[in-house]
Amino acid sequence: MPEEIKKIEGVLAEFGNPKELLEAAEKVRDAGYKRFDCHTPFPVHGMDAAMGLGPSRLGWLVAAMGFAGTLTALAMQWWMSAVDYPVVISGKPLFSFQAFIPIIFEVTILFSAFATVIGMLGFNILPRFHHPVFYSDRIRKATDDGFFLSIESTDPFFREDKTKELLTAIGGQEVEYLVAND
Amino acid sequence: MKLDKDTFNLSELEGLRKFALLLGALGLAGCVFGFCTHRDQFFYSYLTSLIFWLSIGLGSLFFVLLHHLVDATWSVIIRRLLENVMITLPVLLFFFIPILLNLHDLYHWSHADAVAQDELLQQKEPFLNPAFFSIRAVIYFLIWGVLANKLYNTSLKQDNGDGRGLALKMRNISGPGMLLFALTCTFASFDWIMSLDPHWYSTIFGVYFFAGCFLAILAFTTLTLSFLQSKGVLTDEVTIEHYHDLGKLMFAFTVFWAYIAFSQYFLIWYGNIPEETIWYLHRWEGNWKYLSLFLVLGHFVIPFTILLSRVPKRNIRVMTIMSVWMLVVHWLDIFWLVMPNLQKHHFHFSWLDIATFIGIGGTFIYFVCKRLSSQPIVPVNDPKLQASIKFVNV
Repeated sequence: MPEEIKKIEGVLAEFGNPKELLEAAEKVRDAGYKRFDCHTPFPVHGMDAAMGLGPSRLGWLVAAMGFAGTLTALAMQWWMSAVDYPVVISGKPLFSFQAFIPIIFEVTILFSAFATVIGMLGFNILPRFHHPVFYSDRIRKATDDGFFLSIESTDPFFREDKTKELLTAIGGQEVEYLVAND
Repeated sequence: MKLDKDTFNLSELEGLRKFALLLGALGLAGCVFGFCTHRDQFFYSYLTSLIFWLSIGLGSLFFVLLHHLVDATWSVIIRRLLENVMITLPVLLFFFIPILLNLHDLYHWSHADAVAQDELLQQKEPFLNPAFFSIRAVIYFLIWGVLANKLYNTSLKQDNGDGRGLALKMRNISGPGMLLFALTCTFASFDWIMSLDPHWYSTIFGVYFFAGCFLAILAFTTLTLSFLQSKGVLTDEVTIEHYHDLGKLMFAFTVFWAYIAFSQYFLIWYGNIPEETIWYLHRWEGNWKYLSLFLVLGHFVIPFTILLSRVPKRNIRVMTIMSVWMLVVHWLDIFWLVMPNLQKHHFHFSWLDIATFIGIGGTFIYFVCKRLSSQPIVPVNDPKLQASIKFVNV
């Protein structure tokens, strides 16, 4: 049986401290890579800019969904109170927008909150069961004291040798290929 | 205007001071003239202007209390600026004296013959009577004065003393200080604004007034910062990050104001009790209706939409324009609270609105400027000063 050739799914490099990782991220960004990520035990200030990440698109989604919530709540209450089941309450008009505002307010928040959480998961492509960095044993240090940078092979700039050389050149320690280990 | 980069002492403020004093004197001359010729209009305009400047002073007191209470970092750099406004608050007691001496011109409940014919006013008399009203006014100013002085003097001592220890001391003052502030601010608004219509009452009124106070000081601070920076003062120390934070608070309290304003309106609308709804009815007659609707738009919808996104809050020009806008609508809000008691069915602006505004405001600004040039304009020895200058929004 011929030996199965395992595909290289990415490269992982470790850096000594947040500052080094930040500088490394800038260089990887400048080299043109897009599909790379940094793994740190805590948020590092300025990382978004260093990685070349633009402003989050989440806000637009939340604003749109919030506004949809406003209209949904208004339409729902209008239909229930003035169309489907009209009941005069304390002599007020059937369509009393004042009475609807608390519900409108709450539904706006509800839709916004759902849009925030679900949108965040969606933009981050989460939840997912697997990521190439898990092929490495050392990645566990990322929850303790390790600062890692990984580049995925799906990146158009990815070349097995060139990418590994780049990471070594910018100060990456123990640069390793991410290959499935059964 | 010149700032000494080492000591943070501001000098050459004479021009601004003289200008403020001149405006103040002009305004006060107009006040005296108005007092003689248009007595009714004068007192209502005067109260509107006084409440406006009072709200700025109270807002600054609240800001400083809150700053110490939550041990804030970002606002250290602007703390002294706010303290200078806060310490000027007791000056307004002087402007309150004409009101105390002429209660009859503003407050219906101060007329003994009116009370004699009015069952409700008789019931309220133990609280709403000229003697107790005056005592309360003095107590409010006393509390504000003592709090402001204690915080201010400790802050000055911190410039040459134990930075950390005195910061803790100010924090300890702020705990009970905040409680006292909440009570005095609430009852002052009950006394001075709500009792203009003595039959009407709303328990949330104090919170409504407070929301306006805090918005006013945020706008005032932003405007002052952008003015100082345009003159080359604090250009490196105050960054766009500080504007961003002021913008965030301004946005939050725009929503808070609307939330409270609606809560007040909503319960009264639902309850539909004539003695409560009459207050809104007065503000729905003639062209008052347009002002009421304008407040919903100008005090909530417009600033909400503009300040919602991150970009405008990080633009000094937009923030400056929004600050002017917020101060204008805040003034209109106070006008809307006070003036319907005089101008029933139809409102109009009077030259006395301007005269009283610059009369009190000019004097107020004069005293703020005087403080501004007498000590460093940042708390130079605060342990978190550097962190505040370097602070960045994530």
